[in-house]
Amino acid sequence: MTALPDKTDRTLGLVIDLDICVGCHACVVACKGWNDTSQTSGLSDSDPYGEAPEGAFLNRIHSYEITREDAPATVVHFPKSCLHCEDAPCVTVCPTGASFKRREDGIVLVNEDDCIGCGLCAWACPYGAREMDPTTQVMKKCTLCVDRIYNEELPEIDREPACVRTCPANARHFGDLSDPGSAVSKLVAAREGMDLMPEMDTRPVNKYLPPRPRDAEIDVLAPLLEPVAEEPRGFLKWLDAALDRI
Amino acid sequence: MRPEPQVDTQVRISDEVRKTTCYMCACRCGIDVHLKDGKLVYIEGNRDHPVNKGVLCAKGSAGIMQVNSPARLRAPLRRVGPRGSGEFEEISWDEALDLAVSWMKPLRDTAPEKLVFFTGRDQSQSFTGYWAQAFGTPNYAAHGGFCSVNMAAAGIYTMGGAFWEFGEPDWDRTKLFLLFGVAEDHASNPMKLGLSKLKARGVKIISVNPIRTGYNAIADEWVGITPGTDGLFVLSLIHELLRSGKIDLDYLSRYTNAGVLIDCDPKSETEGLFLRDDEGRPLCIDRKTGKPAPLDGKAVRPDLAGSLRRAGITHRTAFQLLAETYLSDDYAPAKVAKRCGIEANQIRRIAADLARTAFEEAITLDRPWTDFRGERHKTMTGRPVSMHAMRGVSAHSNGFQTARAIHVLQILLGSVEVPGGFRFKPPYPKPAHAHPVPHHKATPGAPLGGPHLGYPQGPEHLALKDDGTPSRIDKAFSWENPLSAHGLMHMVIANAAAGDPYRIDTLFLYMANMAWNSSMNTRGTMEMLSATDDSGDYTIPHIIVSDAYSSEMVAYADLVLPDTTYLERHDCISLLDRPISDPDAAADAIRWPVLTPDRDVRSFQSALCDLGHRLSLPGFVDEDGAPRFADYADYIQTHERRAGVGPLAGWRIGAKGYAHGRGEPNGAQIDSYIANGGFFTAHVPDEAAFFKPWNAAYQDWAVEMGFYDRPEPYLFQLYVEPLAKFRLAASGRGTRQPPDHLRAPILATFHPLPVWYPPLSEGFSDPVEYPLHALTQRPMAMYHSWGSQNAWLRQIHGVNPLFVPTAVWQAHGFKDGDWARVTSTHGEIVVHVAHMAALNPHTVWTWNAIGKRKGAWALSPGAPEATKGFLLNHLIPELLPERGDGMRWSNSDPVTGQAAWFDLKVKIEKVDPQDEAFPVIAAQTSPVPPGGQDR
Repeated sequence: MTALPDKTDRTLGLVIDLDICVGCHACVVACKGWNDTSQTSGLSDSDPYGEAPEGAFLNRIHSYEITREDAPATVVHFPKSCLHCEDAPCVTVCPTGASFKRREDGIVLVNEDDCIGCGLCAWACPYGAREMDPTTQVMKKCTLCVDRIYNEELPEIDREPACVRTCPANARHFGDLSDPGSAVSKLVAAREGMDLMPEMDTRPVNKYLPPRPRDAEIDVLAPLLEPVAEEPRGFLKWLDAALDRI
Repeated sequence: MRPEPQVDTQVRISDEVRKTTCYMCACRCGIDVHLKDGKLVYIEGNRDHPVNKGVLCAKGSAGIMQVNSPARLRAPLRRVGPRGSGEFEEISWDEALDLAVSWMKPLRDTAPEKLVFFTGRDQSQSFTGYWAQAFGTPNYAAHGGFCSVNMAAAGIYTMGGAFWEFGEPDWDRTKLFLLFGVAEDHASNPMKLGLSKLKARGVKIISVNPIRTGYNAIADEWVGITPGTDGLFVLSLIHELLRSGKIDLDYLSRYTNAGVLIDCDPKSETEGLFLRDDEGRPLCIDRKTGKPAPLDGKAVRPDLAGSLRRAGITHRTAFQLLAETYLSDDYAPAKVAKRCGIEANQIRRIAADLARTAFEEAITLDRPWTDFRGERHKTMTGRPVSMHAMRGVSAHSNGFQTARAIHVLQILLGSVEVPGGFRFKPPYPKPAHAHPVPHHKATPGAPLGGPHLGYPQGPEHLALKDDGTPSRIDKAFSWENPLSAHGLMHMVIANAAAGDPYRIDTLFLYMANMAWNSSMNTRGTMEMLSATDDSGDYTIPHIIVSDAYSSEMVAYADLVLPDTTYLERHDCISLLDRPISDPDAAADAIRWPVLTPDRDVRSFQSALCDLGHRLSLPGFVDEDGAPRFADYADYIQTHERRAGVGPLAGWRIGAKGYAHGRGEPNGAQIDSYIANGGFFTAHVPDEAAFFKPWNAAYQDWAVEMGFYDRPEPYLFQLYVEPLAKFRLAASGRGTRQPPDHLRAPILATFHPLPVWYPPLSEGFSDPVEYPLHALTQRPMAMYHSWGSQNAWLRQIHGVNPLFVPTAVWQAHGFKDGDWARVTSTHGEIVVHVAHMAALNPHTVWTWNAIGKRKGAWALSPGAPEATKGFLLNHLIPELLPERGDGMRWSNSDPVTGQAAWFDLKVKIEKVDPQDEAFPVIAAQTSPVPPGGQDR
């Protein structure tokens, strides 16, 4: 069993806007590319050109349909990675202390040197956000790009997670959710950001901004266009008068 | 508690970053390529780049796997087995090029048209076209004919520019956005960046699409239209706007040909044509004087309600004809709603939305400008409604007129080239009449007289031989498809195999997978490629293919010229070609070899320079016969298309140092591009930023930049006169007339005002027997991404089910894991199905180009792409079924020849579960070793 810190100095996390995510997988692949090169052990792919390719991805997109009684069905694209929970069950379940939550910023990480690949943490995570590397058999997870956000080798503007930097739809935001004045906190307040599966009592740090209503705000009583004339000659009369006015 | 583990937060992944241009799709984003010890380690977006501004899509980030793909070809290949088998031997470049010359040289000397050169997703068309022109064959085009020529042609003829590369919404100012038929493609990052701007401002997005995925999934309102009826929907919107007078009359009068006088006498020799003065200028009635005057004359105010009787002939304005046409009850929402598969009230509501936004939420910028009539305006007023459309509109046989209808809607609202509307990207706008007309006369031993592709202004510009038969193997610019501005690549192999209109000798293809997902009737096409004549010789005697990867098409080549990957080559993204500008700046870019090939491969364009020299083509050799260009980079820097204008606009040489736009060639130009991050931009002056076709400041700037040689202001063509000219010919007037069997199709489709007709295939199949529309989309993570051998992307999209709408799903009793037989008039496939509710109830669809042939792309033969993946192409014929008239009609838009992929109708039935999708195609032998086990 591994202990969680009583509190963290900051609460870094992602805010993901489901109103704008188009499901393009840009974040998925940027994450794969960065972590494959930045992590010493990489993110491997087994059978990459074969019958059952299976690689470690720290971020994946799921698509769901929502069917409605009185309106057409909608599709929601739902990116999912580790939510860096305040009460992270993946940490407390870890038998070796490999899984831990950082005191300074709340990021949940795996110390690969201590990981025995037992998979308990993946079992404990209600979100399915951990992935066993198929060749090294070490547990992998989103690091919130801890090797980018403080990295002085990178230009300051690039010190954000790879998924946030690359998102073409600007659906991903990164910041300190413990600071009510931060841009991410304001977004969460303005858009009623939500926890994923709050009933699991994990207190996830990452927040999701719900899709705005689709097709729903249509006001069926909104005024339709009034004809200027009911027959063609009337239209030409209107035209002539209208041309005189310009 | 034990101390927290230390984490290395100061990782240094690379020791060098090189900036070049992505080629994982057609967007041409800027990328930062990270190298460590000379090896590729990471790719991310270039923050300074005008296209992507730092972001990058899934394909772009996965480029590392494309560059390291096991499917990369490794050396030139000569076929040793039968065509299609994939059995090759590796040969040297000298052997390869000598072999190519041994086939091509005799053709150039005797019959240049027998070399047929088509390029697929080529981003160097101004170069490949130049080479084909020098060779002298009329048979050259790229893939536009099966992609989106309908969009390009409709846009150019109507307003001198089209969607995507030619223009884009004013994302920062628009207040209502309509998106038609964008099947997760065109464009990628620019579209997402734009949509996110709209979302940030709370701008309403309306999507018109039978399928609600991707961009359509985030739209505020969905119009789940029945495929092929978008044109009818748009004309109904126009009906509503006209009926309520919600049109911008001032804009129409000043900037369009709404006021032009048209011969309305059905017996006249010039019926439907403009009334012109002695100098050939179209005439209108000047509302200020009541007298005839040139439509584009200084200080003239064209009268939209004018009429004139001259020499016994009544002339009325284009606007009157337009109003009468669309005010007809035929276009009333209640009349069209059922056909479009939507509610009449949705049409009425959207029309009201358009009108309210355009006229009650108008934008005015305090930015003075002067128009081409000499009038000074204090402000710029905009109607903040914008639109974008792509393949869902263009890939129908009524797509040209549908795209025209969308442009007419935009123009009636006064929303093109205004703040908040749709804006052109330099070097556009450029009207149809400023483009070349087609050149097609083949002369042994001589180059072609000019560019192959262009915009005919009437029957006189058709590409016909003296005997009236088509000059081109694809029959582009013939009476069958007169305005085929991008050619008809999808007809090349079928026509060549049939020897119709003539036999060819050498088929030369670049970057086009015609033996698989880029052809209709895929299986038939594979047979045509390997068909033999009575003496056992191949009907198409020689096939040369250049590709970087082991594709399905490579297996059908006699000779393979292995291309480099996109990080190992020079390229120019040229203003002469398909540029990367945005509405506020002209831009072009380069690729350069940020990696050195580790294989015996050459960039195709450099190989063409070499071939040009070996064939002594004009422009490719000096006076003494020495090579004119060392390689493609040399061409990019030193070629001049016109004096002072070359492939790249930046850092040319002027009288005092560098000059941009026009200038002498600079032998170190590419170095300047590299130093600037791989691209060049020139900002459009503020006064020139809107009203570009009519804005004197823009016209002057365009001349300065070298886009035109003199100012070319022009008016938007609501009424397209060249279409009227083809009608006249089809109705028996004029000296050049179509064959009798083509008169009726031309009269049915060549209307100078947009018209809607049902997709032509519907006249060839029983709607009761084949009740469902069948479509494809390219997934965002793979659109244009040159194959699913990419180890990361194939984990995202490795198989493609057929998505079935709820009512059909229930009626057939389908459940998860089921399989279905899908049948069209042309063939059948057996595939696995999945349910989708957010789908037009008469439509099924799948992801395109996931399915692969066994043995291709260095995939294992058991790969899901090769077992469960499938192509809808097997159901789509390139020729419509016979119907007893003795003719076989091409499955194309009769105006432009655009491949009508999305006209497909099918039926579906449940079958027992299968191990593999049908048809099962025999494996090809791989010329490269299979991909490794683990990575």
